[in-house]
Amino acid sequence: MTATLKAPALTRRGMLAGIGGMTFCFAFGTDGTRILPAASAATGPIPLSPWVRITPDGNITILTVTEMGQGSGTSIPLMIAEEMDADWNKVALEWAPSQPELYGWPDRSGQRVMTITGSRAVMMYWDDLRTAGAQVRKVLITNAAEHWGVDPATLKTEPSLVVDSRSGRRLTYGEIAAFGKVPETLPSIDTSELKARKDFRLVGHSVPRRDIPLKVNGTAQYSIDVRLPGMVYASALHSPVHGNSAESWNDGAVKVMPGVLATVKLPGGVGVVAETFPQAMAARRALRVKWSRNKVDGLDSEKVLDEYAAIHADPAASVKIVDSKGDVKAAFAGAAKVYKAEYRSDYTYHAQMEPLNAVARFNEAGDKVEVWDGSQDLGRSRDLIARTLGLKSNQVDVHQCYLGGGFGRRSLADYAVEAALLAREAKRPVKLVWTREEDLAHGMFRPMTFQCLEGAIDNSGKVIGWHHCVVGDDGGVGLVASGMRTSTYYALPNQHLELRNVDQGIRVKHWRAVAQNFNLFAIESMVDEMAADQGVDPVEFRLQRMSITAKARRCVETVAKMSDWTAKRPEGRVLGFSMSERSGSLGACVVEASLDRKAGAIRVHKVWVAADGGIIVQPGASKANVESGIVYGLSSALHERVTVRDGAVEQSNFGDYTVMRMSDMPDEMHVAFIDSDGHPTGLGEISNPAIAPAIASAFHRLTGKRLYHMPFTRDRILAVLQA
Amino acid sequence: MASFTVNGKPVSVDADPKTPLLWVIRDTVGLTGTKYGCGAGFCGACTVHIDGRAQRSCQVQVSAAEGASVVTIEGLSPDASHPLQKAWVTEEVPQCGYCQSGQIMKAAELLASNPKPTRQQIVTHMDGNICRCGTYNRIVAAIQRAAREG
Repeated sequence: MTATLKAPALTRRGMLAGIGGMTFCFAFGTDGTRILPAASAATGPIPLSPWVRITPDGNITILTVTEMGQGSGTSIPLMIAEEMDADWNKVALEWAPSQPELYGWPDRSGQRVMTITGSRAVMMYWDDLRTAGAQVRKVLITNAAEHWGVDPATLKTEPSLVVDSRSGRRLTYGEIAAFGKVPETLPSIDTSELKARKDFRLVGHSVPRRDIPLKVNGTAQYSIDVRLPGMVYASALHSPVHGNSAESWNDGAVKVMPGVLATVKLPGGVGVVAETFPQAMAARRALRVKWSRNKVDGLDSEKVLDEYAAIHADPAASVKIVDSKGDVKAAFAGAAKVYKAEYRSDYTYHAQMEPLNAVARFNEAGDKVEVWDGSQDLGRSRDLIARTLGLKSNQVDVHQCYLGGGFGRRSLADYAVEAALLAREAKRPVKLVWTREEDLAHGMFRPMTFQCLEGAIDNSGKVIGWHHCVVGDDGGVGLVASGMRTSTYYALPNQHLELRNVDQGIRVKHWRAVAQNFNLFAIESMVDEMAADQGVDPVEFRLQRMSITAKARRCVETVAKMSDWTAKRPEGRVLGFSMSERSGSLGACVVEASLDRKAGAIRVHKVWVAADGGIIVQPGASKANVESGIVYGLSSALHERVTVRDGAVEQSNFGDYTVMRMSDMPDEMHVAFIDSDGHPTGLGEISNPAIAPAIASAFHRLTGKRLYHMPFTRDRILAVLQA
Repeated sequence: MASFTVNGKPVSVDADPKTPLLWVIRDTVGLTGTKYGCGAGFCGACTVHIDGRAQRSCQVQVSAAEGASVVTIEGLSPDASHPLQKAWVTEEVPQCGYCQSGQIMKAAELLASNPKPTRQQIVTHMDGNICRCGTYNRIVAAIQRAAREG
């Protein structure tokens, strides 16, 4: 790592040779986690790199993955350190390399991936990395036992120490590393050998995040900060209409501009390489491109939602059943009362603070490329770069950097591919930075949707039938269907959930909590509407009428207590409630809100969230994550909206794409976690989907009127109030 | 040629006079703690001090820095010991962290002129700095802590 100027806390990959001590190479196989001794790892079929290294001076290095502020950069190595009983103060962290075969978790197909999305890092790595840590501990104990000539079963560990309590002898992990051997066949670990929750020294104890000190003095290295010898700069201009490519441009005029080194046709755009970034930006501004045309030309997002409504009404429309159980028709036919409502939501933009960028460098032979990327998926980043450039995966090395926000955008490395293409063409290391305008206009948005919800209530007032249809662009990857299923919180007997997919042509992507954002808005608004019509308190309605699960009930009861749900509020303020579900977690949310009727402005004063995320590895970071989700949810509910007119995105920067600012903030945010021994589940996306329905619920209590279109902009609120 | 100081060290830059100071700081001087967020003065990620005033370096031409004293996050303290930096760690403010250099520099301007700001004064002063992770309430708490503990 001589290439980058600074990487103080997280340098990548120590060298195995010459360090001495013990290296534990965990090779993930189909039979679970195995540790290979360093010798066989070095001669193995795949070049292995170590997760854990212990040197005779007692220093321990553990590798880690994606850190975008959510805390997993600390919690991933913490899980290993916990089970191996490492002294955390002696643990240094390094980024894991782009080798998902070794450093990934198994996806549904069994393939190992380094995907860090859905706030699921801890959830996905928990079993493997605890086992791996326990194996390291067992090897250390075995070595100490042989050294002392005692039965390993009589030995215990304390942080970075093996202790023989009978004789009082102790060996530090560093001392063992000086003589110890890692066996050819590593010990298997039974789940009963893993630590009990009560014995955790690190997990559940709010160990400070390692990245925080680097983020108060400017030393945390994001990809945009990487500087290489001989590096030049690039920017890109993409078609303002998604899906088009550059047919021709004023190449001669641009190439003679000061500092310009190259222009390169990119998928969907044109890249310009120059000596400095301001020169590259000037060249980008000077580009005059003739674009191809496609179906997105002429698109008007305002009209699209009307088309979606027509698709919902069309009996011949193609339908994908997401889930169907019980006898929905009979439930509605025999219902005491049925309800029906339509909901709409707009495109939204990730707006991560660090505009997309990457640095790429080819070797002299031109057959290997290194890329620096703040990535939510190092493995897919590597493979996409390889595929696009006609290389093999082992010809691409993606170096992890801190992410200046991810929110789902940085699991697709289209920008890193561009950096590699530009570096190959320029024959120089290239730093590609998209301007904020490019980042927005060529964004990948949360899809817009139309939804229709129907509910049926029986004579006893219980909800017995449920029908949910969503129309939108699923992107082929479940972008509008996630979060339709309610079964983990409302186990309703008769349900029909369907997706009517539209290939809109606008770039769409996972956006923090994905489809839960609009699906929970619709689901919870429908429940709130039924509760109000039945004259039942919305919290009581969930507890009594919605076939609520035990896990969800705990969340509801906890948040009701936290917020003192039935207590009187200050004049002009009311509470709104919503359930939430995401990435295996459940949550319940209460907001205290008021309305400026003249301005059409909703203000949220207080927010309470109770969430069940199983065992909480880092309570402090998890709390911060849920707070962040609350703010993201407020931003989405009240402000965020991308519109497309005549095929092009209308917004250009933070001046016309509004996100939450400090003056919009609630005075108080309260977060509580349900005490649980359950497997950890995702928490960073549990709060944001609950905010819009909770606000809509509060709005109804304030006005008697309903909000059906997210975001609740001032224009829309005024229109609803006047209707 | 523009000459000024960055964190006390003299710098002479041979660049187009219209070049935004941001890129001179990051790419010529090589101090990358100051961030590019929007390039249009909307977000505050590029905030530095110019002669003691918090300014958006993406909106300042390098020629306008002639003779000025520029201080970046790297120069706020030699060892992250500024009360705001300490408070930022204690309150665990940063998440992705990308905006935080700008937030801290903006906050430092406030405390320099108003050592005991009210919550409303903090919000008014800081409202131009965007944090997409939504750490605003922790920023307020950290500024209050720094004001309290010094």
